[in-house]
This record gives sequence, structure tokens and C-alpha cells, in this order.
Amino acid sequence: MAISHDEIFSRIKEVLVDALGADDDEVTAQATLMGDLGAESIDFLDIVFRLEKKFGIKIPREELFPIENMMSNPQYVLNGKLTQEGLEQIKKKMPHTDLAAFTADPDINKLGDLFTVDSIVNFVEARLSNS
Amino acid sequence: MRWIWIDKFIEFESGKRAVAIKNVTLSEEHLHDHFPGFALMPETLCIEAMAQTAGILVGQARNFQEKVILAKIKKAVFFHYVRPGDTLRLEAKIDSLSTEAAGTTGTITCDGKKIAEIDLMFSHIDRNIKGLDFPEENFVFTDLFKSVLQGMTFSEQPE
Repeated sequence: MAISHDEIFSRIKEVLVDALGADDDEVTAQATLMGDLGAESIDFLDIVFRLEKKFGIKIPREELFPIENMMSNPQYVLNGKLTQEGLEQIKKKMPHTDLAAFTADPDINKLGDLFTVDSIVNFVEARLSNS
Repeated sequence: MRWIWIDKFIEFESGKRAVAIKNVTLSEEHLHDHFPGFALMPETLCIEAMAQTAGILVGQARNFQEKVILAKIKKAVFFHYVRPGDTLRLEAKIDSLSTEAAGTTGTITCDGKKIAEIDLMFSHIDRNIKGLDFPEENFVFTDLFKSVLQGMTFSEQPE
């Protein structure tokens, strides 16, 4: 039986509370992993490991958090902003993420804000429905 | 030089689990100050012992090709004191292992009594996400560090 959206959210909430030491009520759908919940780079790997276990799925890290490999590529990043090509890449690689606000001002310092609790829920939901 | 804080491995299943021993002795100087008149092994040093046990387990899983660095203490819960004369049994298991990192779970016991539960994450730092450069030589797994594995036969060869 398919797992409901609410059930996925509540399991992801448990993962984030454990991995980031966040309080239950901090983990809202809109909360950003880095800004609001204080995640650092190693926490992303911890989250991936925990999600794999919690949902019994395999998650290549670059699919859930694909921007890391793009940052050093001048084709994608110019003067601290994402180029058109970079934006296209991100749209392709992060269909689970709401990119509307970021597209208007593609400052790379704001990339961290793209990783919201909701984006993880969407990612896992898509993964589960494909498997 | 590297600082070795465990004495030997007694069990080693490549890529899966390892058990190491650490004997605690009053000749370790830090115990004279922690605390005067009541020597206790600091919990941070229990974490270090587990980090070395689990770190070598993780390193051996990739045949010591990766530089394995402690990146996160996921959990550290202590149930009893560790005192001079105690023999600690440190058991580490690999929970997850990927190209970039590894997660381990671990238990420290002494005479069958549970001392601590310590879960850790290690990073393979050459595969770090920021693309930073590190020295070419493997400064983590020096020969000295690997010497604690002397005499061990691995029950399974690394992949």
C-alpha cells in the first residue's frame, strides 16, 4: 500500500529531529535545512543514510542534493550567481524543489534555502511512487 | 605522530564489525587530574577510543585508500564510569557505507556491563563536497596506526 503524504512527512520529521537535533515544532514543511534547522554538509549525508533506512530505498546523494558538484563549474556559476545554463541544470536535477523565488535572483548564497523539508518530502514521495 | 588510544583488535569482520580492547591504567597521566583522588576516564576519551575502533573498521573496508575523518558524533550516551584497571571492549558496526562517508554504531562494555552507546559518522575527505585539496599521502592511516591490526586475519576480504 502506498504511504500517504502525511505519513512521509511525519517519518521525515523524525529523521530530521534525530539527525539535526531539531525540535519537533521547528520541522515545518517550509523550514530550510541549513538556515532554519542548522544542517551542515556532513548532516546531508547523515540525512541520506537515515532516509534510506527509514523508507527502504536507495538514494544517490547527488540526486537529492545535486548542487554540490555544480559550484566549481564556471559554466554554471558566474560572479556569485547561477548562469542561465546553471538554472536549466538545477531545474532538470531538482524537480522536487520550488525554484520560483530562486530563479528571480539566482544568488548562490541562497542555494541553501532551496533545501526545505517539503523538497525532501516531494523527493521521497516521487521515489516511492516510482519503485 | 598519531595517537593510538586502543590496544588491539580481537575480532574483525571486514566491512561489517570489529571489536577492540582498551586497557585503562592509572599510569595514564590524565587520570591523575581527572579527578584527584577519584580517577575517571573522561567520556570524550571513550568517544576517541570508539572513533579509532570504528575509523579503522571503515578504513579497512576500502583497503585504507580513503582518508577517514570523524565528522559527526550522532549519539553518545553513557551508563557507567570507567576507572583505572578496567578493560573496555569496544564493538563497532558499519551501519552505512558510501563513496563519501560511513555511519557506524557502537557499544562499549566492561565485564559485560554496558558503559556507553556511541554512534558516529566518518567522512572520506578526498570526496568532500567542496572539492578542497588535502595532502596526497594518507595521513590518517599511517603504518603506526595500522600496527594495531597486526596479527589480525580478516574474516572477509575487502571488496
